[in-house]
This record gives sequence, C-alpha cells and structure tokens, in this order.
Amino acid sequence: MAQPRADTPSKIILSASDLHRVVDRVAHQILEKTSGATGTVLLGIPTRGVPLAHRLAARIHAFEGIDVPVGSLDITLYRDDLRLHATRALGKTELPGGGIDGLRVILVDDVLFSGRTVRAALDALNDEGRPSSVQLAVLVDRGHRQLPIRADYVGKNIPTALSESVRVSLTETDGLDEVRLTGSEK
Amino acid sequence: MIKHLRSAADLDAATATLILDTAGEMAALAGREVKKLPTLRGRTVVNLFYEDSTRTRISFEAAAKRLSADVINFSAKGSSVSKGESLKDTALTLQAMGADAVVIRHPASGAPHRLAQWVDGSVVNAGDGTHEHPTQALLDAYTMRSRLGKLDGLNVAIVGDVLHSRVARSNLLLLTTLGASVTLVGPPTLIPLDVAAALSPSAKVSYDLDSVLPDMDVVMMLRVQTERMQDSYFPSAREYSRRYGLDLARMRKMPEHAIVMHPGPMNRGMEITPEVADSSRSTIVEQVANGVSARMAVLYLLLGGKA
Amino acid sequence: MSSFVLRGVSVLGGAPTDLFIRDGVISSEAPDAEIIDAAGLVALPGLVDLHTHLREPGREDAETVETGSRAAALGGYTAVFAMANTSPVADTAGVVEQVWRLGREAGLVDVQPIGAVTVGLAGKQLAELGAMATSAAGVRIFSDDGFCVADPRLMRRALEYVKAFDGIIAQHAEEPRLTEGAQMHEGEVSTRLGLTGWPAVAEEAIIARDVLLAEHVGSRLHVCHVSTAGSVEVLRQAKARGVRVTAEVTPHHLLLTDELAASYDPVFKVNPPLRTASDVHALREALIEGVIDVVATDHAPHAVEDKECEWAYARPGMVGLETALPVVLSVLGERWELIADRMSRTPAKIAGLTGHGTDLAVGSPANLTLVDPSARRVVDPAELASRSRNTPYAGTTLPGRIVATFLRGVPTVLDGKAVK
Repeated sequence: MAQPRADTPSKIILSASDLHRVVDRVAHQILEKTSGATGTVLLGIPTRGVPLAHRLAARIHAFEGIDVPVGSLDITLYRDDLRLHATRALGKTELPGGGIDGLRVILVDDVLFSGRTVRAALDALNDEGRPSSVQLAVLVDRGHRQLPIRADYVGKNIPTALSESVRVSLTETDGLDEVRLTGSEK
Repeated sequence: MIKHLRSAADLDAATATLILDTAGEMAALAGREVKKLPTLRGRTVVNLFYEDSTRTRISFEAAAKRLSADVINFSAKGSSVSKGESLKDTALTLQAMGADAVVIRHPASGAPHRLAQWVDGSVVNAGDGTHEHPTQALLDAYTMRSRLGKLDGLNVAIVGDVLHSRVARSNLLLLTTLGASVTLVGPPTLIPLDVAAALSPSAKVSYDLDSVLPDMDVVMMLRVQTERMQDSYFPSAREYSRRYGLDLARMRKMPEHAIVMHPGPMNRGMEITPEVADSSRSTIVEQVANGVSARMAVLYLLLGGKA
Repeated sequence: MSSFVLRGVSVLGGAPTDLFIRDGVISSEAPDAEIIDAAGLVALPGLVDLHTHLREPGREDAETVETGSRAAALGGYTAVFAMANTSPVADTAGVVEQVWRLGREAGLVDVQPIGAVTVGLAGKQLAELGAMATSAAGVRIFSDDGFCVADPRLMRRALEYVKAFDGIIAQHAEEPRLTEGAQMHEGEVSTRLGLTGWPAVAEEAIIARDVLLAEHVGSRLHVCHVSTAGSVEVLRQAKARGVRVTAEVTPHHLLLTDELAASYDPVFKVNPPLRTASDVHALREALIEGVIDVVATDHAPHAVEDKECEWAYARPGMVGLETALPVVLSVLGERWELIADRMSRTPAKIAGLTGHGTDLAVGSPANLTLVDPSARRVVDPAELASRSRNTPYAGTTLPGRIVATFLRGVPTVLDGKAVK
C-alpha cells in the first residue's frame, strides 16, 4: 500500500528512522511545553492521526512514565468540502473515559495543509465538550494555509508546490513508515 | 454511492453494511449533549407523506434536522394534494423548490419509482403501499446486529401478514443480502404463493409457528389488520392469535438469547401479548431510537457527497 | 371513382404481379389508372379488428371515432369493431347508430359498433340487444368488455337471446371476485413489486364456465383477449368437443411479459394483465394452431393524466392499432397466409362482416393494405395518429411498414400517410 506508482516522480522526505526520530522530538516538545503532559489528552484525527497519537503517547510513557489518555476525533461530518467528493465513510470518534472537559486537548494529524481539517476538528471538538485549551501537533507542515491556523508542534516543515502531494505511510495503516513527496514541480 | 433508496434491493451487502456502520457512528453521536451536526447544512429534505404516519415522519424529520438539513413537511392533508394535484405536478413543484431529497410515504406501491423519474434529487422510500419500507429494514437489521453482534448466519422468523407487509418484503431482501436465514410464518392465505422465488430463493416458509421458534435468533411479529378477517384471510382474531400470536408460553420456546421485534404500531393481544411486548427480550423501544440513527445514515450517504 | 394499378405487388407473399383496382373492386384491368410502384410490397386483405376502443362518445380527449379510424387505416385496417364502454354506454340503438354514423363520416375504415350486453355494463339487466341488431348499425357482436358478464344466469340468457339474430356474445373473461383490487398478473413479479395480483384462474374459470354454457344452449361464444396458457387449454378442449367458441389474442399478449411492470410505468398496465413468458409462448402456439382464431388489438387509448401517475391509479390499456401488424410480423414472421387469416378473414367471418376479409380476386371489394416487410421502424409515441400516446413499444424497433390502405378502392393511406 501507499507505494507510489512507478511512473510518478516521488522522493522520500522522511525514512522510517527519520520518522521515528521526529515523533520522539515532538513527544519531548509536548512534555516540555505542557510541563509534563499533565491534564492533557491526545486526540488523533482519522485515519493517520490516530496511530500517530498512540505513538506520541507511547513515547511520552517511555520517556517519563506518564500515561496520557488517547482518543480519536472523526471530522467527516464537519467537513466543508463534502459536496466536492463522493460520500465518505465515517471514521471513529472515541473520547477517553475521562472526557475532555477542562483538559488540554492536543489534536494530532499527519499533514497540515489548508487548515480546513483542523477547522472542522475545532468545530467537532466544540460539540463534544469544553476543553481548557486546544493545541495542534502534526507530523508534516507543507504550507499553503487557507485559514489562520498554525501548529503548536511540527515534526517537519516541507516546502511544497500545490501540484505536489505529501504521502504519509504508517505501519499501522499502510504496512511501512515513510513520508513521500509525489507529483512534479511545474 | 447509490442515488435513491426505493427498495432494499437497491442495496448490496457492502452498501448495506456501510449504512449500518454509519448508523452506529450516528448512534454514538446521539449520546452527546450537542446532538446536531452541521453535515447537511444548506440541503433541503422534503417529507412527502400521503399517508398518516407520525412515527415515521418524525423519525425522518429528527434525522434530517440532526444533520442540519432544512426540512419541509408536505403532507397530503390540507395541501394541494388533497385538491387532486397529481404526483407528477407535486414532483415538479418540489423540483422547482430545489429539494435535494424527497422522503415519500405513499399508499400506492411503486410511487417512489415514479417520483424518481420526475425529480433530480434523491428519493427515499418511507413505505409504499404493500411494496417496501427499506429504512425500517435497515433499522431492524441495525437493532439485530447491536443486540446479537452479527447478522450473517442469524435465523430470523417474520411472522404474520407477509402478503400485505412492506416491512416483510424489505426485511426479507435486506436480511438475505446480509447473510441471515429468513423463515416466513403465517397462515397460507397471508404468505404469497411464490414468495421465495420472487424475493429470496433461500427463504423458507412455515405455517406452524411453534415448530420454528426453538431455532430462531430473532422473531419479528408483523402487525395484522383486523379488516383482513372480513376478506376471509383468517376466520377470527381469536383463532389468529391462538395460532400465530406471540405469548409468554411461545416466547419460552425461543432460545434464551433470542429477541422479539415488532415494527409497530402493535395490536396488543392480537399478534403479540403485552407481557411479551414489554419483556426484556423485546426491542420495540430500541427500534424507534435506532430508526433515527439509521435514517441519519441513509440521508448522509445519499446527500453527504457530490450529487 | 379513380383507378389504380399496384405494379409489381406480391399478393400474400406470392410472385410479383399487377393488381388492378377499378370502381371499388379488384378488376382484371384498369385503363388510365394511377400507377403505384408496389415492388417489394406485400398485399393483404384489409385488416379487421374485432376489439377497438374509440372512446367517443364521452372521452374525446383520449380518442374520437375519426382519430381512431385514422390510426386504424395507418395500421392497415379497413374495418374495426368499436367497444361499447363509452359514455353514455352503447347499450341502445341510439348510441350505436351515432357511433356508426361518425364512422361513416370519418370514412377511413368501416366502424362497426359493438353493443353492450347489459344496461350500463352493470351486469344486471339485458340491454335491448334486438333493437341494436335491427338498427342502422346492424350490431352483431355484443360485449360488456371492461367488465365480465359475471352472473352465470344472465350470461346464459344473453347467449340464448342473440341466437334470434345470429348475434354473438364477446366475453371479457374475468371473475370479478378473484380480481378485486388487482393490478397485474399474480405471480413472482407481483409479489416482488407488492402489487395486488390478477390470477390466471380468474380468466380460466370464466372461460370454462362460458364454454359449458354455450354448449348447453347451443350458442356461439367469442372470448376476448385470451391471456393465459390455461385458457388455451380450456379452449382447445372445448373446440375438440365441438363447442362453437372463438377466441382472440392481443398483439401485446403475444410479445410482452409481466416483468415490464418492474418500472412501475403504467404504460404497461393493461387488462387482462401482461403474463409470463410461458403464457406468451402458449398464446403464440395457439394462434398458429388455430385454437385462438384471431388477433384483436384491444386498442385502448388513454389521456396523459390517466397514465402519468402511480401504477395503481392508472387506467389499464394500451394503444395498438398502428403497431398490431408489425408486432404480429415480429412474432410470426412473414407467414402472410396465416396473418391474413388471423387478422382479416377469420375476424370478418366471426363478425359476419361481408365485404371484408375476402381474397384479392377479381370482383372482390378492394379492401386491402400494402406492407413493406423489409422496413424497420422505431416506435415514436409522438408520431402516432391516435389522440393518445400510451404505447408500450416506445423506442422499440418493429418490422414492417404499412405503405398504403384501400377502403373499397379508395386510398385511406398512401406513402405511409393518412390521405385525410
């Protein structure tokens, strides 16, 4: 899965070991910026934000022995581009047992692009409860924002052309770990 | 994705499963304080009801409103319909109003098929004559799956007036598609002669309720209208309930895990006794709640993408 | 009166020859005649339809005697029998004479009224059959078509009574108690579609009863629009016993099946309903064998609003005059003798209609039609001459084109177009 077609020009931006190092760094940054990740919940945005959130929690546990609750937040029903595509199947929304009220929620996604997914996630979050604050962690920020949104934690900034696409693969969903940039610069 | 839901036969196993899965997500969201979703904002759903059916109309209305669609209720009473306007003229009116979906309940079989020929939007069959009621079958299947964990391999008895029942037709089609084994039970006068060949070659027919109960995971009782007596489909209400009614003694013949369903409205004392209807095995109240989730799933899957 | 030479015509599929028409009859010569190039065309005796609904008086928005006559001529007919279920019902000498006169005025085919068996088609009391028989219309066929003469005693009386003037009762065979609310053939498709079934036995039971009644009183019986394999068997046995029964089948029952109802488009709703493929097969065999004597159209025009609606609310019936011969050609192939027999000679004989259904021999009335068997036509409802559009064949390609029709030597159709 996720292997680019042979005729598509593509290059690896992050190898498996790069990707692991980046996740480690983001986990450290979270610990640092949240004073030890207390009162914090990680919510992954399906599909690939969910395993990333679990990886971050696992790394945080490994570094500090702290258990950060992890959940998922599906934003499909909040998207503003539903009419532009065929109907999408829904992902899972599963909040941790303690809920999110009064906690710091860190949304986790694989790629930050236009910002519309995050906008939808903020709307969805608003209907789920009232966190004390919301932060955003992404593996890749590729630029081209269409909304005033920025990430609190960025694994790697990758300058891209609009014609290119960033393809994140994770073993949990795709059988291997890597990030590729595909499509030509014109 | 399919454009219309006119018949349960419009759904293949993958699509039907997608609807049930989606209904599950919708049901989970229904537990929140904020039940409303912005998904269908700006879309218009018309409830076009030519028959009184408050429960089905309210269920569709709640489903559409939770998804933020604009809902227009168009009921036959007190409207241009009762002044003799044809279905086609009504369809052209709805078309001009820009209806994205029309949910239609109609006493004539096939009315949703006709409507779909005259409007651009999606058509959802909310019950047509003695033909079908596919969203009822979806909510029934959803209820069975939530209670029993699966549909594939389940033994389901549908008991009563199969001949005149749109619920039975849709359930037979959908359950077979999803791998359940269906037995139709009732007096021979109320089971169509060639029902298996017509709808589902694997369907079994029995005229003896007692003999099938021990093998069933689900027993679905159909509403039997007393006016069928005048047409000699059966001699009396008493004889009907003695032979085909579900009472406590019969319910005890069912396996312990088996559930009792009824699409409502019930004739308590006719096809089902109050003790059975109100027992813990009965899913009748759940079915109503699941109806909203199943209809949200249908509306989302028909309207939540590119038209 | 003008004369014509049909040059190079094939009479009933025979070798090309010249056919002369002069003074309304087939002639051995025709000096100064208009020459019609008929090479490749087949001449048939003018077709005779025992079962047409012309809707006038009462539903002139659906059809009139004139528009129906034009449709008939374009279909190759020179005589049609107009059913009695008009408004008012053709149950008196006055109404049948009106229809007969309107037919004369239109002058495109001979319109022969059928009289109602019972007053108002109500099935309670015999209409004045004798008065209709002796009227200017000279009615010989009586039918409550649309309804069955269900009361067995009334049916017996009707069969007996018309013997006095060599009449014949044409029965719409449908046991009404077995077809209450019926919408289509009872079978797998009706079960799937949730439409109330019209069981074959409702037709077969009445035919069985009526052949026994006809046998008992020694009368003639004609059975309208036979639609089931079971009916064919009943008729076969009755004929073998010598019962004086004749029967008709419609073109649509020879071609179409109940599967078409799956669209819920009422253009396929008809009474008796479209049946199964095995019924269609049995009807074709019976027609070839002669167990069924004739093809009759049951041309049943309906206004748009009576068809553009829900199936259950639509009126049953299909237009058929302009497509009958092409449908029969597609079913039987170019068996011209058989076609002439089933669509012209035998219907004229059953009705006692002189001057129609005669061979194209010198001295015979020049009632004939010319067919181009090599032509193919896609049926376009908008092109029909009938005032109604409810053809089940829209978009279907059918063989054969009616090029010309002559009524007593006068062309009613030339170059495939109605002359007036």
